[in-house]
Amino acid sequence: MLYNEPSPLETKVLTRLFGVPNSTSVETYVAHEGFVAFRKAVTMTPEAIIDEVKKSNLRGRGGAGFPTGMKWSFVPRNSPKPKYIVVNADESEPGTCKDRLLIEHDPMQLIEGMMIAGLVVGAKRGYIYLRGEYRYLIDILDKAIAEARAAGWLGENIQGTGFDFDCYTHSGAGAYECGEESALLESLEGKRGVPRIRPPFPAVAGLYRCPTVLNNVETYCSVPSILRMGGEAWANLGTPRNGGTRLFCLSGHINKPGVYELPMGFNLLRMIEEVGGGVRGGRKLKAVIPGGSSCPVLTAAECDLPMDFDSLKNAKSMLGSGGVVVMDETTDMVKVALRIMKFYQHESCGWCIPCREGTAWLKKILTRVYDGMGQNEDPALVHELATNMLGRTFCPLGDAAAMPTISIVEKFRDEFEAYVRRSPMANLADIDKRIPVRA
Amino acid sequence: MTFSPELEAKFEEIIGKYPPEHKRSALVPLLLFTQDELGQITAEVIAEVAKRVGVFPLQVEEVLTYYSMLHFPKPMGKKHVQICTNVSCQLTGGEELYKQASRKLGLGHKEVSADGEVSLEEVECIGACSWAPAIQINYDFHHNVTPEKLDELLDGLRKLN
Ligand SMILES: Cc1cc2nc3c(=O)[nH]c(=O)nc-3n(C[C@H](O)[C@H](O)[C@H](O)COP(=O)(O)O)c2cc1C
Ligand code: SF4
Ligand code: FES
Repeated sequence: MLYNEPSPLETKVLTRLFGVPNSTSVETYVAHEGFVAFRKAVTMTPEAIIDEVKKSNLRGRGGAGFPTGMKWSFVPRNSPKPKYIVVNADESEPGTCKDRLLIEHDPMQLIEGMMIAGLVVGAKRGYIYLRGEYRYLIDILDKAIAEARAAGWLGENIQGTGFDFDCYTHSGAGAYECGEESALLESLEGKRGVPRIRPPFPAVAGLYRCPTVLNNVETYCSVPSILRMGGEAWANLGTPRNGGTRLFCLSGHINKPGVYELPMGFNLLRMIEEVGGGVRGGRKLKAVIPGGSSCPVLTAAECDLPMDFDSLKNAKSMLGSGGVVVMDETTDMVKVALRIMKFYQHESCGWCIPCREGTAWLKKILTRVYDGMGQNEDPALVHELATNMLGRTFCPLGDAAAMPTISIVEKFRDEFEAYVRRSPMANLADIDKRIPVRA
Repeated sequence: MTFSPELEAKFEEIIGKYPPEHKRSALVPLLLFTQDELGQITAEVIAEVAKRVGVFPLQVEEVLTYYSMLHFPKPMGKKHVQICTNVSCQLTGGEELYKQASRKLGLGHKEVSADGEVSLEEVECIGACSWAPAIQINYDFHHNVTPEKLDELLDGLRKLN
């Protein structure tokens, strides 16, 4: 079942089987060029496969946009330790709901991507770490894995190639932080999801301290089409240094919310207008979160830009995880900032102080502003506190909390000030000043 | 502690996914599946799971308190209503849905009805943002939920049993 109507503007590469009857079965997959990429990969050297992935300009779809080919090349293939393939299907970044569809409609594509990664680094085992809420996907994947095994596409000596590979699902149990790669590995080892100090990176010391390839679902799902089409052709679907297509999740105040596969570099305004059918109720656009709630927001005036990693970076935001949240002119940005901070405060793992305390303080201050009890200095205080978290936390969750907050308080300062002006507590800051505060 | 044959089989399947020297990896999935099957995690369950994966019960407790879907010592209701109020859902009425459910059920965040049947939780993003507002009842997703649809779903909670 499709959750939303496809758009004629889509470029269907990863989503080509969405809506095809029985799309999760081995049979359907094979009938649609399934495992052709794997067959090709078997005849190639690991270096040649990595080269093809490098040429495709595929960059990690989990959020950071790290070049995948390069990441794979960091794995010490000659290490005597076993190697592992780990899939990040924790999908918890607010605004993001695409990995779910890739697994629901085409689990074989993910399995093939994992197999190819396994060929490259010499891994025999892979784990798919799914957020606990996605129980129905575990059932879909378990069934797909069993079917692939029965058809000789997983297990020992796959299709007589001499290559052994198998994969398994693993359920998380509710923790955003477990999407962070090192916390995910801790969690997969049966521990609290607290991040690890890096280096060493997972490529060298990942699962069970063994060399590990860890990528997002969509990243692995991109690999079969790269090998089928050739890296260069795949790269050309997108913009320079930003290859291929990507699944964008449109949500919020938009007429046709949904997940759409569009070429990298698709213009954001056009995405909202033509793919998403424009802002709901004919209202004016106010702001957009371009790639999940960790990304600095863009004002309407900043939205005329290509959606790729570099353009978003130039705009001082991020392409992130593909979650495009559209906000119309009626949106209360203080309320949005508070909701986002509540999330990060709830999800902070508590390991390091700037994040644990910073998110709690920010939530408190934003709450009092929103409740009409703010003080004159609060907008500046929010800005200062958030800025002080940047780069000072043990893992990037601290930055993820700070960045959207800073952008909202900078770009919508007037809304914060309007709240504070109405507050009976506005001038309490004068009293505060007479009370000595230790830094 | 003895488990049903079904749960025993599930245990074996889950532990079998990991290299024998790393069976601790099975810890979180085991706890989650047991909670689903038995309705709650008890001290007995913790001791048994600890034994199966080769750690101390205290280590199991240390782990389980980290994960928001694992409820110990207080279990959630048999029908656990989870309403997302994160940003995409907030923009499309998720907070109003939460208030409506809270009023109708007479329950607050993470509260359980006296008979243990129904519980309510305001949750973070559940990965349904493009079909917001979204809720989950146990593991079932409900997308594009309207106040009327929510009413229907809530009315259905007790009829199902
Ligand atoms: C707090 C936090 C949460 C994250 N959540 C996810 C997630 O849910 N899914 C995901 O693929 N990556 C997530 N990431 C990014 C991962 O750490 C990692 O970079 C990514 O899975 C690598 O895969 P890629 O190179 O294919 O993007 C998260 C990062 C942080 C800091
Ligand atoms: S920044 Fe620190 S407290 Fe926050 S999630 Fe990362 S390690 Fe935990
Ligand atoms: S924000 Fe509610 S499902 Fe993502």
